Amino acid sequence: MDPQTVDRHGLDRLITHLAESGFEVIGPTVRDGAVIYDHISSTSDLPVGQGDAQEGGQYRLVNRGDSALFGYNLGPTSWKQYLFPPKTELLHIRRSNGDLVIEEPPTRTRPMAFFGIRGCELAAISIQDKVFLDSGYVDRTYASGRKDLLLVAVNCTTSAATCFCTSMGTGPKCESGYDIVITELVDDGETRYLVAADTERGESIITAVGGSPAKDEQLANAESAVQSTAADMIRSMDTDGIYDLLIENPDHPRWEQVAERCLTCGNCTQACPTCFCSDVADRVTLDGTAIRERRWDSCFGLDFSALNREPVRESTSSRYRQWMTHKLATWHDQFGSSGCVGCGRCITWCPVGIDITEEIVAMKETVST
Amino acid sequence: MTTVSAPVVEPMGLHSLKVVSNASESPDTSTIVLDSPGITFHAGQFMMLYAFGVGEAPISVSGNPHSPGTLVHTIRRVGPVTDALCGLRPGDSLGVRGPYGDSWPAGEQGDDLLIVAGGLGMAPLRPAVFEAMANRSRYRNVSLIYGARTPADLLFKDDLVGWMSTSSIDVAVTVDRATSDWWGHVGLVTNEFSRVDFRPESTTALVCGPEVMMRVVARSLRDLGVPASSTWLSLERNMKCAIGFCGHCQFGSDFLCKDGPVLSYDRLAWRLGVDEL
Repeated sequence: MDPQTVDRHGLDRLITHLAESGFEVIGPTVRDGAVIYDHISSTSDLPVGQGDAQEGGQYRLVNRGDSALFGYNLGPTSWKQYLFPPKTELLHIRRSNGDLVIEEPPTRTRPMAFFGIRGCELAAISIQDKVFLDSGYVDRTYASGRKDLLLVAVNCTTSAATCFCTSMGTGPKCESGYDIVITELVDDGETRYLVAADTERGESIITAVGGSPAKDEQLANAESAVQSTAADMIRSMDTDGIYDLLIENPDHPRWEQVAERCLTCGNCTQACPTCFCSDVADRVTLDGTAIRERRWDSCFGLDFSALNREPVRESTSSRYRQWMTHKLATWHDQFGSSGCVGCGRCITWCPVGIDITEEIVAMKETVST
Repeated sequence: MTTVSAPVVEPMGLHSLKVVSNASESPDTSTIVLDSPGITFHAGQFMMLYAFGVGEAPISVSGNPHSPGTLVHTIRRVGPVTDALCGLRPGDSLGVRGPYGDSWPAGEQGDDLLIVAGGLGMAPLRPAVFEAMANRSRYRNVSLIYGARTPADLLFKDDLVGWMSTSSIDVAVTVDRATSDWWGHVGLVTNEFSRVDFRPESTTALVCGPEVMMRVVARSLRDLGVPASSTWLSLERNMKCAIGFCGHCQFGSDFLCKDGPVLSYDRLAWRLGVDEL
């Protein structure tokens, strides 16, 4: 199927079609001064005309002065919260006649559609797929969210100052892993949306929504918009030799230097779309049922490494080192890729603006001299 | 991307088992026996044990791999979960899942087998002793060196007496601090190397104990000429899920719950030299 173009009404038809086909449609929307992901029912729920200004430790929405639907980048939340929720009830356990009766609570049956997912976020899902589906055991909750998940992606036509997806090979163009991809073509006149399918499901949805075949000029404009986004990207991470750099330098003085700034708050691990660590705790209800509940955890917490009540990683430097070395080096050994997709959330949402790309630069400079 | 088709059973699901007996091993350690039809394990593996309403803890299986039908766990009280587990009485129920992790290697035919345990490290090594005794003809010499803080902390005393009375295995026991009733050796387990018979170049060493003890033992064995690839350590981190999801037990690239807990010293040496890894 050749790419089609639709106007904003076409995207509204697309959202309605998904909802009527049984999908729970989730997309970007504005709440508390930030773009987050939640249920949407039309394009008017999207951050219309909004852009964002981001830097280390800084985020604010800015009015673009147009009616663009995708003129912003990433907010603090990621799609992770829908596939690997912050809290999940794993088991319900009660006592009966001296035995433990163990029940598995039901998982999601209604499929989700992620509307407006970006290239780096598609990459993040394929990374978490390896963790939760392809590493020996299958996570029941994650699998129930991934089953029949429909992905309506958006090519980025603008980048935030904290983005570095180009250097991580995950964006700004969505190369694969989606059902439908949208490119927003903001013209002086009417804004058009180029829609293309990568799966049969995606094709049948576009056919049902209707559109007009894209003109060569529109295809060229879409391509150049994405290319200039890549070219304009300010940050980058030089991943060359990064594995050996981190593995061979556990005693590098930079770990102590970054620890002087790091608050060990764990914002980076919350915002990261690939961080997957969790803890499980019992919550006992008044009727005597113990609920085994899994909750997001962070390697920045002192309890995280506690062994017989004593933390293995007591110093801030050892905890930052664990996070960054895992993300950029040992992740390769465990899952065959980097754990970083270059989304930049850990930079924006770090309260003191620690920049993972800057840390790598600093370490490389001092090791090479 | 990956496609998901089949329905999935909760990988952290539990089975309810009943306690057959609970006996005190030492002032802070108990051995509980569970009625566990159908569950088999290999020496060195662990189970996740769940105390109702309190939580789970990873606990090594300390029983005989060749005695099916029951699971034996030796548990030290170090927190709320292990307190609750040690407090279980015959007839009580608990939740279990597993076994998890890899197991002690058998070593080469004709090797000497050297088992070095410190404190509670004897618990995951006890099945290895049973395994070695069941396959005694596989080895030239089999030895056990076991160190504890005080004589009262020695676990499995009946087994020790039994093993000392057979010529199939050399047993050397030592304590850090003697009491007036102690007539045995005092000092580090490494002092006992000269009291047992092994040929370093043809030895498989199985080591479990506090990490600082394992570091010293592994280094001493390497200095004596035991190849690092033939020295095996069982490491501990705070495993929460046992299936590689929770991230807590990472030690460098390894998830100790599924890549370990038993790993060879050649893979571990540099990591054991890094503080707070």
